[in-house]
Amino acid sequence: MVLLKLKFPFQKRVRLAQGLWLLSWVAMFSGAVTFATGVFLKTELHRRSEVMHSMDIHIVPNLLMAVGLASVGINICAGKVCQDSLDPSRFPRWKTLLLPFFCLSVFFTSLLLVAMILSYALQPSLEESLKIGLKNGIRFYKDTDTPGRCFQKETIDRLQIEFQCCGNTNYRDWFEVQWISNRYLDFTSKEVKDRVRSNVDGRYLLDGVPFSCCNPASPRPCIQYSLLDNNAHYNYEYQSEELNLYNRGCRQALVSYYMGLMNTIGPCVLLVFLLQMAILVGLRYLQTAMEGVLGQENVEIETEGYILEKGVKETLLETKEKMMKLLQFAQVGDASAETPGSEPEAEKPATA
Amino acid sequence: MAVLPVRFTKTKRDKLAQVLWVLNWISVVTGIILFSLGIFLKVEIYKRQDLMAEGQLQSVPNMLIVVGLIACVINFLGGKICYDCVDSSRFLHWKLVMLPYIICMFFFTLSVLVGALMCYSMHSQLEESLTLGLRDAMRYYKDTDTPGRCFLKRTVDLLQMQFQCCGNEGFRDWFQIQWVSNRYLDMSQREVVDRLRSNVESKYLMDGVPFSCCNVNSPRPCIQHQISNNSAHFNYDYQTEELNLWMRGCRQALLQYYTNIMHSIGLMVLIIWLFELSVLTGVRYLQTSLENVLRQGDPECESDGWLLENSFVETARSNFNIIKHLSKFNQINTASNRDPNTDRPSTAHYGPDNVPPKPHPADG
Repeated sequence: MVLLKLKFPFQKRVRLAQGLWLLSWVAMFSGAVTFATGVFLKTELHRRSEVMHSMDIHIVPNLLMAVGLASVGINICAGKVCQDSLDPSRFPRWKTLLLPFFCLSVFFTSLLLVAMILSYALQPSLEESLKIGLKNGIRFYKDTDTPGRCFQKETIDRLQIEFQCCGNTNYRDWFEVQWISNRYLDFTSKEVKDRVRSNVDGRYLLDGVPFSCCNPASPRPCIQYSLLDNNAHYNYEYQSEELNLYNRGCRQALVSYYMGLMNTIGPCVLLVFLLQMAILVGLRYLQTAMEGVLGQENVEIETEGYILEKGVKETLLETKEKMMKLLQFAQVGDASAETPGSEPEAEKPATA
Repeated sequence: MAVLPVRFTKTKRDKLAQVLWVLNWISVVTGIILFSLGIFLKVEIYKRQDLMAEGQLQSVPNMLIVVGLIACVINFLGGKICYDCVDSSRFLHWKLVMLPYIICMFFFTLSVLVGALMCYSMHSQLEESLTLGLRDAMRYYKDTDTPGRCFLKRTVDLLQMQFQCCGNEGFRDWFQIQWVSNRYLDMSQREVVDRLRSNVESKYLMDGVPFSCCNVNSPRPCIQHQISNNSAHFNYDYQTEELNLWMRGCRQALLQYYTNIMHSIGLMVLIIWLFELSVLTGVRYLQTSLENVLRQGDPECESDGWLLENSFVETARSNFNIIKHLSKFNQINTASNRDPNTDRPSTAHYGPDNVPPKPHPADG
């Protein structure tokens, strides 16, 4: 049974072709926008690559870029098909190309949906990646004279200032790492020696944070050191002090930022997907309706258009059979391709 | 002798009218651009108004906004005129309007040039405003619990972080003011009391800066306090240390930022001025050539167009005479507006014989 059959008079066919031509240009533009979105997202992720451990999340912008470019190509092609369908003499040349074109289009269009799903599905992966990346970033903060890590301090400081965050989970993360290089510690000082000795790993730990954790919204000058010592500062109580430092961790800030981007991009991608699907459905109707005109003297006759010639189940079975035949044909081809004189003994009967 | 005369055929006149119609519509767009630039500049100045002393800084954006709006109106009208000038019969509607329109457009074009020049001449005014504004902002940095000043600390901190600057001239400006509020000073502490006593105005001064002065490019953790005391920090020499704090003053940073904006806007306005000047020239040629067509009576004939009918000197002299004549006419008018009785000769009546009395010797 034919799936979603529609009758198309000549006027309706022309209207459909014109409408699809216009839509395909709109979709081409939206494909370019999708590509640009992918580039933007990739750039944003690349900018923070130093505080990311794995690059799994890059699959989303890569997909968007690939689908965006494919979409531009597909829609240029679709526009050409629509233009040629207005002239029955020019349409037959597309007959053989349209089936592979549809398969390719459906594949790339479904990738849009995949990209959108992945952007939400990879959130835990992004969070884990940032957790490890930021942990390493904070650990190597002090190594400004180590090649390959010399810009880590600047990166972390800029990150904390820009995203108004402090540490990985919060500012207390800085208490657990030595973030001041030994190069700037006076080991003749008793206070320094005592601190280093009191620690198993011989690290100089202190209840202080870098200046980039300071919150400009605080009414008092920033307190960076002896944060847990109320007596070290006048009129200060660290338990109730909320404005002195940024309270939010950088992992949360970055995840919020990237998920905000994804949540904005997601619906846009969905709209592009729906537009692309609408074009493909319309194009399929146009193709099947035009096939009814081929070979007819009167090109203005009413024809039928449909999505599938048979039901979904039957079409799938038919496709499966075709694939099996193709595979068998390929195997036969492989067997006949073997050189005839490779094993002559096997072919001759054994004579005693 | 006419200034820059050009001979126009019917086709040439029509082509000129059509081109001017297009150019006028483009000028409407440039008017919108001028307006937008004015708005942008106004917003940029408004964003930093807490750091600027009261001054005439808004005059430039206001000028651009007004000129932009006038440009839209004038060029919209110009487009309508040029569209109608293709048809000689429709030109008659505009004949009387054309000269006042061209005069208005001339003054408007002049005001565009003034706007462009104002963008370039604003530097010293801006510098003065920033010097005073930043000085006051730094003075009130500590007053976070004073209404009207409570956000100044945040403003200055964000400014120093965003523009990568410190103080007004440099970081040493912070050494000359008390930037820590008394609310956060322990007056029972000897060190604090000594600092206050050692100062004439009882201000708590120290060689320290706010955290926002710290330079992110520094390889070492930021040194904010006891900056000029080498022995207070290990492996530190404040004379040679260049990366610890931002070295540039905020006045210089802001001045550079605004100067760049002004120069960019000024250049765009100059380009728009040249464009408007070309439109004005074109409209003048169109007007004079069409007036000559009307004099000759044949719409298809060739006609001359010019910028000025006589030379610059003669035109200036005739205009001067017109103004002089107008002022004389104005004087006559004001004289004729007096009491009608004042024009009559006054006659005195000296009794029935009408003989004036002899003067008394005492009167002499």
